[in-house]
Amino acid sequence: MLNHAEASEKFIEDAERTTWHDETLWFVRSKRDKVSKLLPEWEALREQASQIKDHTLANLGQYLEEFEANAQKNGIIVHWAKDAQEHNEIVHSIISKHGGKALVKSKSMLTEECHLNDFLTKKGVEVVDTDLGERIVQFRNEVPSHIVLPAIHLKKEDVGETFHEFLGTPKGNKDPQFLTEAARQHLRGFFLGANVAITGVNFAVAETGEFVVCTNEGNADMGAHLAKVHIACMGIEKMIPKRKDLGVFLRLLARSATGQLITTYSSHFAKPREGQEMHIVLVDNGRTRQLARDEFRNSLKCIRCAACFNTCPVYRRSGGHSYHQPVAGPIGSILAPNFDKSANVDLPFASTLCGSCSNVCPVKINIHEQLWFWRQDLMKDGLAPLGKSLSMKGMAFVFSNPTIFKMAGYMGRLVMRFAPFIVNNSLNPWFKQREMPDAPKESFQSWYKNRK
Amino acid sequence: MRVALFVPCYVDQFYPQVAIATLELLEKLGVEVHVPSNQTCCGQPMANSGFASSTEGCDTNFSKNFDGFDYIVGPSGSCILHLKEHHPSEKIRKSVFEICEFLVDVLKVKSLSANFPHKIGLHQSCHGQRGLHLSSMTELNEKPFSKLASLLDLVKGVEYVYPERADECCGFGGTFCVTEEAVSVRMGQDRVESHLKNEIEFIVGGDTSCLMHMEGILKRQGSKVQVKHIVEILNHA
Repeated sequence: MLNHAEASEKFIEDAERTTWHDETLWFVRSKRDKVSKLLPEWEALREQASQIKDHTLANLGQYLEEFEANAQKNGIIVHWAKDAQEHNEIVHSIISKHGGKALVKSKSMLTEECHLNDFLTKKGVEVVDTDLGERIVQFRNEVPSHIVLPAIHLKKEDVGETFHEFLGTPKGNKDPQFLTEAARQHLRGFFLGANVAITGVNFAVAETGEFVVCTNEGNADMGAHLAKVHIACMGIEKMIPKRKDLGVFLRLLARSATGQLITTYSSHFAKPREGQEMHIVLVDNGRTRQLARDEFRNSLKCIRCAACFNTCPVYRRSGGHSYHQPVAGPIGSILAPNFDKSANVDLPFASTLCGSCSNVCPVKINIHEQLWFWRQDLMKDGLAPLGKSLSMKGMAFVFSNPTIFKMAGYMGRLVMRFAPFIVNNSLNPWFKQREMPDAPKESFQSWYKNRK
Repeated sequence: MRVALFVPCYVDQFYPQVAIATLELLEKLGVEVHVPSNQTCCGQPMANSGFASSTEGCDTNFSKNFDGFDYIVGPSGSCILHLKEHHPSEKIRKSVFEICEFLVDVLKVKSLSANFPHKIGLHQSCHGQRGLHLSSMTELNEKPFSKLASLLDLVKGVEYVYPERADECCGFGGTFCVTEEAVSVRMGQDRVESHLKNEIEFIVGGDTSCLMHMEGILKRQGSKVQVKHIVEILNHA
């Protein structure tokens, strides 16, 4: 597997596509700026959302139990899963009970995190992702590159080719409307035939035992309304205390995500309709571990709007797949080490720490600070390559000793002035696409000494 | 008022003219400036690489050089931010100031004798901007302001413009510039391009590290556009 730097280098090789990717996502960020500035209370809303989430996380156990009791009162069957494996098994057992062979799923990052599709496919269940973007990447045997815009790494030409291969659309047709209609017709059959529908959850309301799913395509609703069994899968951090809190989050979510005032559908599921079975799977999968870490706890406030993706100058130029995780971007980089430190050691370093992510975050997660804290945590665990820890030790030694620092600086400048080939070569990554700075004859300190 | 000049290590070695301009500017404004001679580095290169645990020697050396000053002033938003957030001594954390911040908030400078008859592109480096809040940020719903721009307003002849995406990062990012070389360079190229669209003669900012990165790209492209630290403009007669 390529690390972030290697995968990014490959992505950037196609300069034109990189420009397109960057500009497309910047356009989304600009829309977000525009609508957020129309609300004089924007910053107050962010603060309120942040405080509601902080409060909820501080009392998570209590709210989860309240939610469970109310959901059960409403006739919903509640399951608890400690990890991805348990989650997948629970979902599979519900499907088998109903003799399901195919199911329709609307976008759920949690099921991506748990690799549910793979699990069910191996058990002989056909999983059909019904969001347009998700369906496209599913055809291509890829994973989403963005949590809100899963196929944003693809251009309409790519989609045309994929649909030609899988749906038999005419070769070369890249008309978005035509292709969308083709996907619609293709999906219709699955909606009508499936007896199980899986949806994600955006917010679960403890007070009422209901959950809210926000979509633009309406596919979650169509799936859930047609199927005999509705399974909603959610991470335990999706909890909010009261229904009135929704007003805060729904206003922030769509504005932050796409610059819309609100998602097309904000559907409340409170109880199964007659003859329907409704399940909720509450999943931990490492969340309680993160909850116990002071520096990283508030990453669980995330409402998955992806504003941090769209603003991130690194993400825009490296593409979502360079993060090799279901959730990419800045937020993914602070969530991933919680799952596997050594496999994700590169991600907290895939940032310039510019801080833009924290500024757009609607729930005020200090993302760039957590990137910094993860760097410390991972290096403390000895996950640095040997060369890096040696050079850091060397650097620390030089900077602790003024005489050696002056000498090293002097020698360094001497080399650069009289033997520049020693640094101006292919072994120096700086020099590959940039000139080195001119080395002056004198340092400031030696100038200052002579000035007196 | 005891004021010490903090000269970041790479400025000392590669951009002495920036430290000289800072010193001269402060002296012109009537400040008696001390320059501790055994200063080295703020420790940020190690800390941002995940080795904050190795900065003890660096921190101690900084304290040895700068203890006892009321103000520690340096021409780098990034190094100052690191000290403000991570230096173990509270006294140091409270005494460090980025030069523009010091001029605007402490000295409350209302006039300068500077003259710089050129068109420049203003680069608001992230750590100064978002970390030290030297200017408003496009992500937030806040009143626009910039301490850098308010100082440039006191300079005769200068015309400053912002690039499109006024506060996008240039991609330097400390060791990021070599560990993530491809992204870093691409970000830098994009930043330089949007500055060049404004037909400027200089890219000017408050952090020499960002400027060094963009300078490397400009030079490789054979561009005549130069980079300058803002103090070089404020001190330009």
